[in-house]
Amino acid sequence: RFSAAAEGEGETISVTFKDEKDGSEKTVRVPLGKSLLEAAHDNEVELEGACEGSLACSTCHVIVEDQEYYDKLPEPDDDENDMLDLAFGLTDTSRLGCQVKCQRFMDGIALRIPSASNDQQ
Amino acid sequence: APGARTFAAAADVPLQFCVVGSGPAGFYTADKLLKKFGDARVDIVEALPTPFGLVRSGVAPDHADTKNVINQFTQLAASEPRLSFLGNVRVGRDLSLQELRSHYNAVVLAYGAESDRRLGVPGEDLPGVFSAREFVWWYNGHPEYRDLPLSLAHTRSVAIAGLGNVAVDCARVLLKAADDIATTDICSHAVKQLHNSAVKEVHLLGRRGPAQAAFTPKELRELLSLKGVQIKMDPSTFELSEASEAELKATRMRKRVYDLLSKALAERQEGDKTLHIHFLRSPAEVVGAERHASGVVLEKTALEPVEGGGEQKARGTGQFETIPADLVLKSIGFKSVGIPGVAFDARKGVVPNKLGQVYTEEGSAFEPGLYVCGWLKRGPSGIIGTNLVDAEQTVDTMVQTKDSFPAAAAQPPGGPGLRQLLADRGVQVVSFADWQRVDAEEVRRGAAAGKPRDKLTSVDEMLQIAAAA
Ligand SMILES: Cc1cc2nc3c(=O)[nH]c(=O)nc-3n(C[C@H](O)[C@H](O)[C@H](O)COP(=O)(O)OP(=O)(O)OC[C@H]3O[C@@H](n4cnc5c(N)ncnc54)[C@H](O)[C@@H]3O)c2cc1C
Ligand code: FES
Repeated sequence: RFSAAAEGEGETISVTFKDEKDGSEKTVRVPLGKSLLEAAHDNEVELEGACEGSLACSTCHVIVEDQEYYDKLPEPDDDENDMLDLAFGLTDTSRLGCQVKCQRFMDGIALRIPSASNDQQ
Repeated sequence: APGARTFAAAADVPLQFCVVGSGPAGFYTADKLLKKFGDARVDIVEALPTPFGLVRSGVAPDHADTKNVINQFTQLAASEPRLSFLGNVRVGRDLSLQELRSHYNAVVLAYGAESDRRLGVPGEDLPGVFSAREFVWWYNGHPEYRDLPLSLAHTRSVAIAGLGNVAVDCARVLLKAADDIATTDICSHAVKQLHNSAVKEVHLLGRRGPAQAAFTPKELRELLSLKGVQIKMDPSTFELSEASEAELKATRMRKRVYDLLSKALAERQEGDKTLHIHFLRSPAEVVGAERHASGVVLEKTALEPVEGGGEQKARGTGQFETIPADLVLKSIGFKSVGIPGVAFDARKGVVPNKLGQVYTEEGSAFEPGLYVCGWLKRGPSGIIGTNLVDAEQTVDTMVQTKDSFPAAAAQPPGGPGLRQLLADRGVQVVSFADWQRVDAEEVRRGAAAGKPRDKLTSVDEMLQIAAAA
């Protein structure tokens, strides 16, 4: 008997974070099942998580770069949409990093971390 | 080697920054400053012995998750040696802004909003009328408001002017089962009153319609589904004009709020308490009996387009009605106050600035080394995360204008000189470690009462615990 977790044991996918603040880019390997917020924190990527993943802030906002990846993700539920609406720099492919768990089909996904940096204005 | 360090420091003295206010804007600014300025030192000066601003005194007691950000701020303050917290120091009382500035290369004002917008109607100053800020600070234990003169045991009907999240918080605290809120970090004095509360109805008053309400869906959903609370709204206020339809289409959030309200209108809910949401009603007067608020006169309003486009405005129709209210809460906006030594735009209630850089009082140039962040910079709106983005902007501006930082005039510069000055004046500075002793005591008392913490509300008591090292 294999549980879903056991099946993916040890397996990782590639995730790229692009930080608009300083234009830096980091590609990391992330174990299946981890959230994008955990992935960022495990790899010293500066993604905030003010409410620690409890869907009470929106500071973990990321933008999925590629529409195709975005479309494959399970849809955000009402609670995520409620918080997303308050996120800074909301786009059509925005998600909350603490709510998206890494799955196999996401291998190669790239995410932008929006910033209010003066250079962008 | 120690010798080499001293040499490097002497050749290139680290910058000394001070942040005034320890709410989200203050803490996020400190965090960004430490990251952007290599070996700079940052001191946070806070009027209260307790840190975290409105995260402690504003955010609702039953929204514990929202306060998780305190863990992150605590981690920073407790582990970063370049950061110091100086609590119980009020700029404008214990020392002037000018004195403070003389110790630092740059000061960032992040002292939030400690006043309120006024309704401007007769009866506004009757006993029984408070701002939502005063009521929230009462139940959340802000030391200056723990003795707010209100008696829920003698209050049957409450009117809350304003349709935003702060109004929703107040309504929820008043309508929720007392047992459910007693297990949060709400103050014991408030729990006592809520247990004896006679409140049967709460009236939320909005000048505009359900298509314009400034609720967020999450908070509204929670309010509309409170156990034992009926919802009453006038169906005629839900008829949408073309202009309102257009406004709804423009923002996803407004549309969801409207849908939630429409659903609540259609469904019946049982309960012995009632929440009335009055749209298209503007408070015209607070009426009193025996020198205490007893009701609010409402004027019906109609929406009309604003010249040049934009959102519709509410206009009075000359039709009036009166609702009962023994307690009236004005939730129409917090307002910052100015302090001597910095320009202040009294109309907008903000310190005039460009991307966080503060203008001189004449407005023609910038004050060297003076910056602003948070509610004091943008006005009282936005969520905790908005202050993160805001701090990023202010600190970016500081990086770009760092050549204009003046030298610190006072000797020794930074924290040591400031502490000396405060000690000379007999001010007991509360360090972060001191606060953590107060914190531990609150948690200890809370455990005994089945709460995550039981807040201390007396500054004297806090100072005693802080000093008992
Ligand atoms: C009732 C209420 C509920 C809220 N609920 C939520 C929520 O659920 N989720 C959310 O994301 N946001 C919420 N917010 C918004 C959030 O609290 C604010 O966006 C945020 O706190 C503003 O940060 P600030 O640092 O500018 O001001 P503040 O948090 O007000 O901090 C200002 C600090 O400065 C100190 N100070 C004042 N004057 C002086 C002085 N002269 N010298 C030294 N120190 C001084 C004050 O004591 C205070 O600690 C809520 C706000 C309110 C009012
Ligand atoms: S960390 Fe707060 S919503 Fe994701």
